[in-house]
Amino acid sequence: MPIIDTLFVPPQWLGRLRALALPALAGAALLLSGCATPPPPRDYSAFKQAKPASVLVLPPLNHTPDVLATPSVLSQLSYPLAESGFYVVPVSLVDETLKANGIQTSADAHQIAPEKLRQIFGADAVLYVLIKNYGSVYKIVTSEAVVELEARLVDLRNGQLLWTGAARASSAEQQGNAQGGLVGLLVKAVIEQIANNLSERSHPVAGVASQRLLSAGSPGGILHGPRWPGAAKPP
Amino acid sequence: MHAAKLRAGLSRTLVLGAVLALAGCTSPPRTLYHWGAYQSSLYNYFKGNGADPGAMIAQLEEQLQKTVALGAVPPPGLHGHLALLYSKVGDDASAAAHLYAERKLFAESATYMGMLLQRAPVPAAGVASAPAAAPAAPARPASAARI
Repeated sequence: MPIIDTLFVPPQWLGRLRALALPALAGAALLLSGCATPPPPRDYSAFKQAKPASVLVLPPLNHTPDVLATPSVLSQLSYPLAESGFYVVPVSLVDETLKANGIQTSADAHQIAPEKLRQIFGADAVLYVLIKNYGSVYKIVTSEAVVELEARLVDLRNGQLLWTGAARASSAEQQGNAQGGLVGLLVKAVIEQIANNLSERSHPVAGVASQRLLSAGSPGGILHGPRWPGAAKPP
Repeated sequence: MHAAKLRAGLSRTLVLGAVLALAGCTSPPRTLYHWGAYQSSLYNYFKGNGADPGAMIAQLEEQLQKTVALGAVPPPGLHGHLALLYSKVGDDASAAAHLYAERKLFAESATYMGMLLQRAPVPAAGVASAPAAAPAAPARPASAARI
């Protein structure tokens, strides 16, 4: 049974599958499970040793054409980080300080040496975020707002990499099956495409992606910071 | 009689305990901070390149009063953001007051807040007495630190 579970076979096929040659099935299962194997357990030793208490969030690098991507993501990273137990340096003040010093782009900000950031902002760690995807994807019968993020947490005291992560969220996750046949679906897709642009539906999706990226306690996720109530007790 | 009363009391305690335990399971997770509109204010600020800071100040000050009334804590950065908004409308006294508030609430911010306060034109002593209206000369923004 576990082999069939791994293959995600619809129940109505089970009878037919049972008749198939088992060795072939087992081989396929091994191949597939090889693809689905989770990455090896993350090494948290550097993170645990560094015990960062405060995090500086720099404006994210935007690899998408949408100019709203950076404002949207930057404004929503504080919540998951702070609720995970870290102090988050005020992101708007940081942005202002950078701009007042002639650092106009995220790319320039990401080039500043860790020791310099530490000296100015006094944070223990810096979070570099990359926006890989932000916006509407038109897919014939439906369109969705998709946001994909990647992040690196680096110790500002020694430049050491403490953690990396990635997350994705889509508006299609909440949508049920649309009604109204194929024509209805096509109309809906066009309307959604417009609505996605007008009402900035990507913004709340970016909020979901940010929380997935930075909520402590998930497998492979960021660890809790010292302001998290459970952090006081030794593990 | 006595034993029966004791048993009734015990079972009542157990039921109460069970109810409390269940309620604990189903209640929504408590957040560490009272976020309110802080992040949406940040979004509007970035998106609009800092337009209309006055309205944002009013909104967040009102929220702060609610936070205090709830006995909750504002999120890290909210006082810092308010300091920036106040410096945008030229109210450097209020800006400095919020930089102090951020530092008081979160000691982790001491280095950065200290540096901003050092460069802020209004000294700490002037916070309480300085007029809230626009100062005579356009002041250097509190955030204009040198990198």
